[in-house]
Amino acid sequence: MSKSSWGYLLLLLALVAAPFVGAYPVFMMKLLCFALFASAFNLLLGYTGLLSFGHAAFLGGSAYIAGHAMKVWGFTPEVGLVLGTATGALLGWLFGLLAIRRQGIYFAMITLALAQMVFFVALQAKFTGGEDGLQGVPRGSLFGVLPLQSDLTMYFVTLVIVVAAFALIVRTIHSPFGQVLKGIKENEPRAISLGYDTHRFKLLAFVLSAALAGLAGSLKTLVLGFATLTDVHWTASGGVILMTLVGGLGTLSGPLVGAAVVILLENKIGEMGHGLASLTGIEWFTTLGESVTMVTGLIFVVCVLAFRRGIMGEIIAFLQRTRKA
Amino acid sequence: MTISLPALLSQLLLGLVNGSFYAILSLGLAVIFGLLNVINFAHGALFMMGAIVTWMAMNYWDISYWVMLVAAPLIVGVFGVLIERLLLRWIYKLDHLYGLLLTLGLTLLIEGAFRSAYGVSGLSYDTPDALTGATDMGFMMLPNYRAWVVVASLVVCFATWFLIEKTRIGAYLRAGTENPRLVEAFGVNVPLMITLTYGFGVALAALAGVLAAPVIQVSPLMGQNLIIVVFAVVVIGGMGSIMGSILTGLGLGVIEGLTKVFYPEASSTVVFIIMAVVLLIRPAGLFGKEK
Repeated sequence: MSKSSWGYLLLLLALVAAPFVGAYPVFMMKLLCFALFASAFNLLLGYTGLLSFGHAAFLGGSAYIAGHAMKVWGFTPEVGLVLGTATGALLGWLFGLLAIRRQGIYFAMITLALAQMVFFVALQAKFTGGEDGLQGVPRGSLFGVLPLQSDLTMYFVTLVIVVAAFALIVRTIHSPFGQVLKGIKENEPRAISLGYDTHRFKLLAFVLSAALAGLAGSLKTLVLGFATLTDVHWTASGGVILMTLVGGLGTLSGPLVGAAVVILLENKIGEMGHGLASLTGIEWFTTLGESVTMVTGLIFVVCVLAFRRGIMGEIIAFLQRTRKA
Repeated sequence: MTISLPALLSQLLLGLVNGSFYAILSLGLAVIFGLLNVINFAHGALFMMGAIVTWMAMNYWDISYWVMLVAAPLIVGVFGVLIERLLLRWIYKLDHLYGLLLTLGLTLLIEGAFRSAYGVSGLSYDTPDALTGATDMGFMMLPNYRAWVVVASLVVCFATWFLIEKTRIGAYLRAGTENPRLVEAFGVNVPLMITLTYGFGVALAALAGVLAAPVIQVSPLMGQNLIIVVFAVVVIGGMGSIMGSILTGLGLGVIEGLTKVFYPEASSTVVFIIMAVVLLIRPAGLFGKEK
């Protein structure tokens, strides 16, 4: 086994053990959902070179549909998840058809604008509950036989789903299809001249990424029992970009690490601000700690200017240097 | 359904007002993108800064609207120059997406800072005395301030068009957009030109902010939703032509205004729907050339 396989095995063991050593299952499940979301996003940005600024639409749109299916139509969780994933795929196909017509920076602007449209629809539509969101989605029983009310059961179901989805992403990246995507990222004209229909490959990658983002969104609704406007707002698209950037663009483990860092930071930022303020005596840190927005902005600026490889990217680069030396 | 003529005309005017802001903002984005290859996500935040700086000056120091109409763009313009010198210039050689991400970070920083100072609720300031009230046009009451916004914006837009298309400075700018290295070889100070262009572009955004403040409420988040609509405007018009940006901005503002009258439910999404249709029919945008 290679070093990274050992790493993933250790991570998996840690995740299995987590709820028994005091980790709060609901928090861990939220983390897993965002780790999946970021990995799906990274498939697109890190491995295909497409910056989607509209992934909130897939996360949030699917969250609403899955929530509605389980709450109002009374479907079992697995049907809700499938419907949510399908919603993500469908939205991704529509977004992709339009956005792939333009390159580079326009692609980002188009996906952002389309996602904003989804946001407004979610704000106005009746079934989403508008500002209040969709509340009280029941967890039900998986396949009608396995009740998910216990957080521990729910945690292991979530873990299995996320690990399977992550394995699918890894498999995709290492498949011939994934190699073509990488080729498109490196040099699209050359990929075209080699006879690849790059539009079709990009669209397929987009749909896959959106579907997995949809799975993450519907899983999140199932776990937490609600879907709100926060998930469809453009800041959620910005958030997933941040997770991927912090963790390491185009690395498999980066989005996992990035999601953990960003979610932990969002939860602990207030305490950290107070801590720094009392440590240094600078009151300003308390203010900073109260504003997640400012801290997020600051991390973006620092990452873009000085830390573009991200945490895992730096670690991998460091390991390669030491191996050569 | 019946719609009264005054209601229609007033929405049309409001559409023109919004359209003027779209025009000024997309113009600034296009000029900046042309030379810097950066899509300035912070444009909305700087628009907001123009409005809030004016509110602060009027509220704390009793400085008049007219002074701020000049001072606010200057202040924000200088701020923009600092942003360009300190941050943006490090990323020109990188992929476009880093420019977007860096300015997104700046947006969050600026909005977060004003939010922790003023909260999210709207602040408001009064319309300057000279522009209060309305003029009776016979067929409708024309609110003076709105008329002023439209006229002032149009003057600014056409002045910018003239500056870029018809003057020597504009010729340098256009040449710099085409081929910066060649222009530099002719002895033009391109880095300085880039800095000033960014300052100018964000000053335009701030000016729109000052104009907008009495019409829409001043709040730290006022630029957030606007900038996304402006992105759609830019996609629809294409960033190739100054006049194209102006016409697209105004046109979409009017269409949005009309949608508010005939089908209000779609008024917040109509621009995005038009964007989708334009992408299907003319992917490069109405006035754009595919590079």
